[in-house]
Amino acid sequence: MKIHEYQARELLRGAGIPVPPGRAISSAEEAAGAFAEATSGQRSPLAVVKAQVFAGGRGKAGFVKLVKSADEATQAARFMLSNRMKSPQTPPEGLEVRKLLVATAADIADRHGGGKDEFYLAITTDRKSRRNVLIASREGGVEIEEVAKRNPAAILKVPLHPLLGLQPFQARQVAFGLGLAGKLVNQAAAIMLALSRLYVEKDCTLAEINPLVISPDAAGERRVLALDAKFNFDDNATFRHPELAALADHSEDNPAEVRAAAFGLTYIALDGTIGCLVNGAGLAMATMDTIKLHGGEPANFLDVGGSATEEAVTEAFSIILADARVKGVLVNIFGGIMRCDVIAQGIVNAARGFKNRDGSTGFKVPLVVRLEGTNVEAGRALLDKARTDIPTMQAATDLADAARRVCAAVK
Amino acid sequence: MSILVNAQTRVICQGITGSFGAQHTRGCYLYGTRMVGGVTPGKGGTKDANGLPIFDTVERAVRETGAEATMIFVPPALAGDAILEAAWAGIPVICCITEGVPVQDMIRVRAVLDEMNGAKRRFTLIGPNCPGIITPGPKTGTGEVDGSGRLDPYTNAGCKIGIMPGYIHTHVSQAPRGKAVGIVSRSGTLTYEAVWQTSRLGFGQSTCVGIGGDPVRGLSHVDTLELFAADPETHGLLMIGEIGGTDEIEAARWIAEARKGGMKKPVAAFIAGRTAPPGRRMGHAGAIIGGADDTADAKIAALRDAGVEVALSPADMGTAMAKAMG
Repeated sequence: MKIHEYQARELLRGAGIPVPPGRAISSAEEAAGAFAEATSGQRSPLAVVKAQVFAGGRGKAGFVKLVKSADEATQAARFMLSNRMKSPQTPPEGLEVRKLLVATAADIADRHGGGKDEFYLAITTDRKSRRNVLIASREGGVEIEEVAKRNPAAILKVPLHPLLGLQPFQARQVAFGLGLAGKLVNQAAAIMLALSRLYVEKDCTLAEINPLVISPDAAGERRVLALDAKFNFDDNATFRHPELAALADHSEDNPAEVRAAAFGLTYIALDGTIGCLVNGAGLAMATMDTIKLHGGEPANFLDVGGSATEEAVTEAFSIILADARVKGVLVNIFGGIMRCDVIAQGIVNAARGFKNRDGSTGFKVPLVVRLEGTNVEAGRALLDKARTDIPTMQAATDLADAARRVCAAVK
Repeated sequence: MSILVNAQTRVICQGITGSFGAQHTRGCYLYGTRMVGGVTPGKGGTKDANGLPIFDTVERAVRETGAEATMIFVPPALAGDAILEAAWAGIPVICCITEGVPVQDMIRVRAVLDEMNGAKRRFTLIGPNCPGIITPGPKTGTGEVDGSGRLDPYTNAGCKIGIMPGYIHTHVSQAPRGKAVGIVSRSGTLTYEAVWQTSRLGFGQSTCVGIGGDPVRGLSHVDTLELFAADPETHGLLMIGEIGGTDEIEAARWIAEARKGGMKKPVAAFIAGRTAPPGRRMGHAGAIIGGADDTADAKIAALRDAGVEVALSPADMGTAMAKAMG
């Protein structure tokens, strides 16, 4: 799960990490007030208006704007809230923007009259060492992957102890490593410690501040400040974070994927013509691979999981067949927890009840079914009996045979 | 022979009164696993549908039954605690079937287990989010309970701890080729596929281990390959990996080193997810392409460099193993 930048700023603020003044608005009328709050008492007379969407490419699309006055803020807000944002990362019809962030455009101090002071700071989990790690770099404000490629030595990595977490001495070490001195060392270290606590407490998979800057406050004193932040959370831990679930914004999710999730199905839309219905993530991936090897293109990844009901199987078919590009469907089930007779009954129910766009019922596209594992005989018998209801169905003997048949059927 | 578990292993189930726990305890019991009891806090002193004693704590279960392995079916929020309870009660083989355990819980649990283990592994965690472990026995019975309540186990020398269908596995004594392979996999149903293919080609399996699809877990591919390499009754190694993480790259490195050290056993492999788009989590929490080492192609290349027979299609996992075995 992800949250928006304005929500991430609130999380940071709650953890005691300083962020520039600013707030979220959802109408152009609020823009002037938000501009005044963001700039009053600040050294900088500028504010920034940013569309709160997950898709990237905001700047180029004109959905991040630096503004000098309340009027300009209002104009920018009106533009962003009344036009759909289009970028290479959005659907072709663009995205509706519902919330904007209006914040101080912090003044970034020169360190020694040289480059700007922008740092990168993040915590993530390293699978290989099975530790959370703090990652810091002097080259902030850009993609960390680019820095890693260009100048790996510029990236500092510190593992967090699995039970004690980040220690103050480690945070100071990183602060010195970033070239900070004086009061700024303890300020930066405090931010690192707060971020690492937040990471563990909130079950994050990524907590990133980019950039972390040194900016003079109203009195001209240089202070460490988080300008932008990004959080991803572990979906397995949402049960203990109702406060985070309340922040979730599903407006940019694929509607079919949301619908599938409600039935305990994992569905990911792809570009091909062969719909897949499989139990188990590994087998589902492997089934996609087999289709491709036989010259077909999978239309989706769909894992019905281990405990799917007949209703869930029926729902899976309606999600797969709602994609107009689907010309054939491959069902590949190796029953373990999942019983083949449950799947078979689900197929039969789905075929009998399925309504086509022209009002007729039953499956029109070719269906290839491969069943193996728990209660396979009962499952095959059920399908055999229902053969007249599903005239487009073929039974496959094994995985290769199934892929061959479905690829031939959609050609 | 086998690795980690065999017909003598005494097994309990944590979460034995839950719907999955009860269903799969029965499945293991019918297979012929030496099930000796289960644990559900608050239900101690009662018996389950198979007549197995239920205890309030793992410590008590171990004391009363001498349990040496546990199968964990508790909900995700309680799984970390259940693993630690098993380890602190001294159970050496801990198999956590539960799916959806938070990563931060597993980081802490794994750190504690590593500390308890020190240099020598006393506790082996399998999973979480895995199908379990099975050492097949020769098929001897129906795997049913007759009218008078007498159990006719499917095998009387096998041990199934988990959710896999027992009948797809073959004991080496009943395998036409007279050879047994050891199978290790991150996926559940894909493991069954591999087992089925090797059985149909006339091989038996010494032990099959599903290590699970989560980013932080117990046994790794390398740990399991090491155990198989040391088991005299395992004649070939079949590893099934997927996109995400670097476990398979490390396995390739280990195989290359082991070969130099004289490890002669044939190794075959399959990596799922060649067609998966980067950045999308493919069902398993661990199956997501992040860096260049995470892709199926990088893993396949590393394994081939180590002399592993890699199947490009999952339909060819068995034939790749057969080819490697010569």
